[in-house]
Amino acid sequence: MEARNAWRGFTGDGWRDTIDVSAFIHDNVTPYDGDAEFLAGPTHRTERLWRELQRMFVEERSRGVYDIDTHTPSTITSHAPGFIDRSHELIVGLQTSAPLRRAIMPAGGLRMVEAGLKAYGYALDPTVHAIFSRYRKSHNAGVFDAYPEDVLAARRSHIITGLPDAYGRGRIIGDYRRVALYGVDRLIAERKELKRALDGKLSAEDVIRDREELAEQIRALGELKEMAAGYGYDLSGPATTGREAIQWLYFAYLGATKEQNGAAMSLGRTSSFIDVYLERDLAEGTLTEEAAQELIDDFVIKLRIIRFLRTPEYDELFSGDPTWVTEAIGGKGLVTRTSFRYLQTLYDLGPAPEPNLTVLWSPDLPEGFKRFCAQVSIDTSSIQYENDDLLCAAYDDDTAIACCVSAMRVGKDMQFFGARANLAKALLYAINGGRDELTGAQVTPPMPAIETDVLDYEQVMAAFDRTLDWLAETYVDALNVIHYMHDKYAYERLEMALHDHPVHRFLATGIAGLSVAADSLSAIKYAQVKVLRDTDGKAVDYTVDGDFPTYGNNDDRADAIAVDLVERFMAKIRRQPTYRDSEPSLSVLTITSNVVYGKHTGNTPDGRRAGEPFAPGANPMNGRDRHGLVAAALSVAKLPYASARDGISLTTTVTPAGLGRSREERIGNLAGVLDGYTAAGGFHLNVNVLDRATLEDAMAHPEKYPQLTIRVSGYAVNFVRLTTEQQRDVISRTFHGALW
Amino acid sequence: MIGSVHSWDVSIGVDGPGTRFVAFLAGCPLRCLYCHSPDTWYRRSGTPTSTDDLLTQIRRYERFIKVSGGGVTLSGGEPLQQRDFTREVLTRSKELGLHTALDTSGFLGDRADDALLAATDLVLLDIKSGDPRTYRRVTRTGRLDPTARFAHRLGDLGKPVWVRFVLVPGLTDDPENVAAVARLVAEVPTVERVDVLPFHRLGAAKWEALGLTFPLAGTAPPDPEAVERVYAEFRGVGVPVF
Repeated sequence: MEARNAWRGFTGDGWRDTIDVSAFIHDNVTPYDGDAEFLAGPTHRTERLWRELQRMFVEERSRGVYDIDTHTPSTITSHAPGFIDRSHELIVGLQTSAPLRRAIMPAGGLRMVEAGLKAYGYALDPTVHAIFSRYRKSHNAGVFDAYPEDVLAARRSHIITGLPDAYGRGRIIGDYRRVALYGVDRLIAERKELKRALDGKLSAEDVIRDREELAEQIRALGELKEMAAGYGYDLSGPATTGREAIQWLYFAYLGATKEQNGAAMSLGRTSSFIDVYLERDLAEGTLTEEAAQELIDDFVIKLRIIRFLRTPEYDELFSGDPTWVTEAIGGKGLVTRTSFRYLQTLYDLGPAPEPNLTVLWSPDLPEGFKRFCAQVSIDTSSIQYENDDLLCAAYDDDTAIACCVSAMRVGKDMQFFGARANLAKALLYAINGGRDELTGAQVTPPMPAIETDVLDYEQVMAAFDRTLDWLAETYVDALNVIHYMHDKYAYERLEMALHDHPVHRFLATGIAGLSVAADSLSAIKYAQVKVLRDTDGKAVDYTVDGDFPTYGNNDDRADAIAVDLVERFMAKIRRQPTYRDSEPSLSVLTITSNVVYGKHTGNTPDGRRAGEPFAPGANPMNGRDRHGLVAAALSVAKLPYASARDGISLTTTVTPAGLGRSREERIGNLAGVLDGYTAAGGFHLNVNVLDRATLEDAMAHPEKYPQLTIRVSGYAVNFVRLTTEQQRDVISRTFHGALW
Repeated sequence: MIGSVHSWDVSIGVDGPGTRFVAFLAGCPLRCLYCHSPDTWYRRSGTPTSTDDLLTQIRRYERFIKVSGGGVTLSGGEPLQQRDFTREVLTRSKELGLHTALDTSGFLGDRADDALLAATDLVLLDIKSGDPRTYRRVTRTGRLDPTARFAHRLGDLGKPVWVRFVLVPGLTDDPENVAAVARLVAEVPTVERVDVLPFHRLGAAKWEALGLTFPLAGTAPPDPEAVERVYAEFRGVGVPVF
């Protein structure tokens, strides 16, 4: 009865008896092919609320954190309801009892919590310490109990870095829309049925685990209702209005962020789902455009203040306090007015890195939407683009992005996040027989080192191939341990309750240093590279005689090497046994960790100096792309998505003048470039439209630029929150511009 | 056929409409004081390149250009100094279905035969000055009348023209000079727009690298009011100004 009222006016049947949000959207979505004229600006209420938070952001920036609750390990129900300004909030709910007060989540790792607290001058409540050291084991402790020695060695030498072994793995997207469409009671009933179906199976290890996980999921859904009840909402039944749909969906997401300090806590693909409800309210005359925008603005304010406690080491890898509240917008047939409204928040509230607004682009999108996206990019540098045509072919049209570039069918796929391996360093290991070029330590089992003075391409490739065999095996071995322990000690109960059962799992590996490795091999192949060895016989530097083609100029000679590296490494990853039979995948993505990877890698045969940052993601090495953005983009577009299904990231910076002379021209030209890149098979593009002078001024006067947002590999950051080193790295990158 | 190509680039929105493959040909008869690419003055400073090789390079971008909207631009240096090479590249680019543009000072406009212009969809005409003496001072080796003659011919042929004018304080900004350029623009009915390019010193490093003294090292970019005045002057003849 209640469901019928909540579902008034909705059409289609496929989604009523089975949980199928995608079918619901298909049956009820109202595609919009107009322009941005209809949009409304922010209300006074929105502006006041946002101003209040901005004052707090200043303090947060100066101290690193605003506040931390050091006493209460966070669960879905651990904290009393919190508000920014209770009487003026439309969408409610905070992670703790006050805005920007961070929670502790020791189940992921006690060390990470204690180091995080110490960095900001806090100390952990001794009782919590006792509980999580004496009585309750953490994910982190489990992993280090089971790591084999060669994984520890690879980790120490930084050939594998950023593994989620001390923090939450994240990158799991619950289908938070289910809570709004069906209500929690219906979801609990479905889980109970699934669990009952397992009663008939013999209690083998996998069946036992499934039963326990389903039981935990059911418990988490119950806790979600309890948390919402604290705010005065009953989530038992489905949402009946647009405002409720946003509130229900947000509570589900909030529950996940109260229990998991995941590396990326992404939102999914919610805009056109919400749009169905807003359209109905507008049609029923209970909502105006201004009020609809106000709801979206309020929701986005909440998403902008999601916070996690992290350590300085984590920040060194992923700077700027990222949470990756990634939201996938658009896609063919799914552009709605609410797709515009989400982007409009970048005007109503100003530019911001979060939520990580990600447009699923296709040349076939409506022109009005394409132009609005290009305009927002030019004005805010805050959005990223992913290839909807590739996504639809590889997955389906209800696919979202976790973190930066990791595609997953919402509620059907999850992934075991695996950070990345350093290919450039692996090349140096190949030359040195597996000894670390910086420390001299033997990291791989001893392999024959290259002994010639001039490097021979065939000989180096053979050694490199053997090194990559070792790397793939060691790397996946580490990931299998990590995810076994994460499932055991820090299982994502609520997020997994919002997936189909059984779920499809990816094992997401990654690589860093692709352009350095490709250019180094190109130098060895096309020029003459001489080795300089230290007294110990270790290769420590190289001299290059002659010219060689570099990756990033649409030159097949160099690009083919990069393509080969991606395919070669993925083939090796595929040969490894994986935990829970997960399907292996690969990303070419570094986020800001390209700086740290570079720091731990010696001189390379391409002429890069020891310690110098790598290029981010799949980018050409800084300054070596000499023929403009398009040539660089076409090089990257050659990397095969089939071998890098976890995503291939390209970050570009173009000056406003580098896109055309007038604003209208720039908008049209940028949309054209996005069309061209997508049609060429490019997967991901970060677009920054900035002058170098702006960034230099922001380094000198950070107080003038609190909201200056730039895209780095796969996500956006507040420029002023980057470390000085990372700021310098960004400024040293290629700016594609025009002299006039 | 072999030409001398200094470099190539794929630019967006600055060398004609949309995303364009731009080949910079080596060699130029002018020695403009504000030149931002003195490294293209001499034919010998380019790489001998066959039209086949250049077309192979262009074809790598054919699809991108067609999807994104754009074309091929021959720039320089002065492309008309290598007329036959320029004609063949433009003709073959057009055969691929690509929009073609010729970026020229017009000083060698008499050399552009009808076949070359038939293969050119758009001329980016850099009018250095409207006053003959100023033209000479700016270019050091050039004269105004060939450019004016070429502009009129383009108008007679119905060939679309985008005029460029570099505004340099103390050199080209004299109101009389600007008015003279505007008069010329008014006489050519096919001028679709005027791009006013404020002088900058970003090319100075290239002069230094060549062991040359940048003659305008002491000249500052024009102030926004001066740029706005020049905009107004051109708008006055009824042409869009960017």
